[in-house]
Amino acid sequence: MEEKPVAEKITIGHVHMSGCTGCLVSLADNYEGLFTLLDNYADLNYCLTLADVRDIPKMDVALVEGSVCINDHHSVEDIKKARENATIVVALGSCAAYGNITRFARGGQWNQPQHEAYVPIGDLINVDLHLPGCPPSKEAIRNVAVMAYLLLRGTDEQKELAAAYLKPLMDLAQRGNEACGCDLIYDVINQGICMGCGTCAAACPVRAITIEGGKPNVDRDLCIKCGACYAQCPRSFFNFDVMNQFEAISEAIDAAMGKGDE
Amino acid sequence: MVLGNYKNCVSARAADPAILSASQDGGIVTQLFAFALEEGIIDGAIVAGQGDEPYKPEPVVATTVAELMEARGTRYTICPNVSMIKEATRSYGLDKVGIVGTPCQIQAVRKAQLYPMGMRAVPDKIALAIGIFCMENFPYQGLETMVEDLCNVKMESAVKMDIGKGKFSVYTERGAVSQIPLKLTHKFEQGGCHVCLDYVANLADVSTGSVGSPDGWSTVFTRTKAGESIWGKAIEAGYFETKPIEDVKPGLDLVTKLATDKITKNQKTLDERASFGVGKGLRNPYI
Repeated sequence: MEEKPVAEKITIGHVHMSGCTGCLVSLADNYEGLFTLLDNYADLNYCLTLADVRDIPKMDVALVEGSVCINDHHSVEDIKKARENATIVVALGSCAAYGNITRFARGGQWNQPQHEAYVPIGDLINVDLHLPGCPPSKEAIRNVAVMAYLLLRGTDEQKELAAAYLKPLMDLAQRGNEACGCDLIYDVINQGICMGCGTCAAACPVRAITIEGGKPNVDRDLCIKCGACYAQCPRSFFNFDVMNQFEAISEAIDAAMGKGDE
Repeated sequence: MVLGNYKNCVSARAADPAILSASQDGGIVTQLFAFALEEGIIDGAIVAGQGDEPYKPEPVVATTVAELMEARGTRYTICPNVSMIKEATRSYGLDKVGIVGTPCQIQAVRKAQLYPMGMRAVPDKIALAIGIFCMENFPYQGLETMVEDLCNVKMESAVKMDIGKGKFSVYTERGAVSQIPLKLTHKFEQGGCHVCLDYVANLADVSTGSVGSPDGWSTVFTRTKAGESIWGKAIEAGYFETKPIEDVKPGLDLVTKLATDKITKNQKTLDERASFGVGKGLRNPYI
């Protein structure tokens, strides 16, 4: 891989709201892939866990993890500042996108018993992309970072590919900020398009979904409202324009990440 | 492009008579997975194993040829193979996963690879996805009604079921054959199949099915670099007999016709869904 001048890189920030840092760990879980990203495509210009930049700077892409406690005024200011300072805001992981486990928060714990109300970031600011998952998959974070680079710095052809790739994730952000295993009921089974493939059951991080009689059955007391099942379901979105090129796109991402034929 | 992208298409059957003894058609899936397993190309495959009721399949992670043999034959009902795709890389510890599935299941695999949201470590571990041709599927109770009420055969005495030449056929262990016109089965089809725009598993590495080839043989498409390479090695190792698809009857013309029929019919269903209500429609997953 030829060395690129720093000026061509995009800037990425990691903004930590009420999250668990597991989303950041997922980014780091790309191992050498993260270094390739940082060497060639992006500067991490803000990330309290990893770097000593105190205030949210201007950035091309904000990877925001965690939801927002509306009883904590610093948090509310932070999310507004992230929107103001970022070209693209990504709700990284299910807390930012859908609230996830913080949906169940209700206050009453020391030493801030009044910290009781949490909302997904999309309830307070416009969000460009949802990247759900608890945790979000490392490969998806890598793909979004590479595609954001191509969108902002690529040739026209690369921009077109990146826009096509990112579109369903943008559509997810437009669709709303609520998620639950019930999405499979409302938007797949009730719509008459479930075909019993079992993807939802594999995607669920808490094994709340079993396939009974060819259809998903959701144990809603186990469900943590992460939205992975619906997002991963091939009948939530299935964009043929991108999917029909799966082989070429996988190869392009591998090439971008310096992975040849192994 | 009703047949999807492909590099090559042949008519083929497994060289191993033990596989053919109970395979649905040419034994392609079982033979190719057995080859890939023996060669270390995969270290296991998600297949439709035997469930707790006759002809009710259950996804199984097969790591031996014996387990693959157990999964031979078509079960015309839903088997959620993709439900095991993450588990295969977890408690089963597989690095190179094989999976067989209907076109929709192969679509699910590719989406999981390109947009993995609850699928960490799955994208790089899919080594061989074999797709089977699929016109439609049936819920188990629908299949039971077709077999027991319409064909008058007990599920437990059936040894083979087949859809072909406009008929649904059930073969019993004592040699009887019971057939009904396919028309009678339509109302038992799974509703979700009616929005499917893929007949020959366009996104698989290798796809296979009965249509186009004579009885006991299968039509095989190799589609990806991985698929082409594995198929080529298997041919070289003598695991398959093949004939050029141009030399067999009814050949690709019939495959193309059925694929076109399926896609045209289901595209119409999708179009109708857009104005299903009054000024309101049903969701379209493709837009």
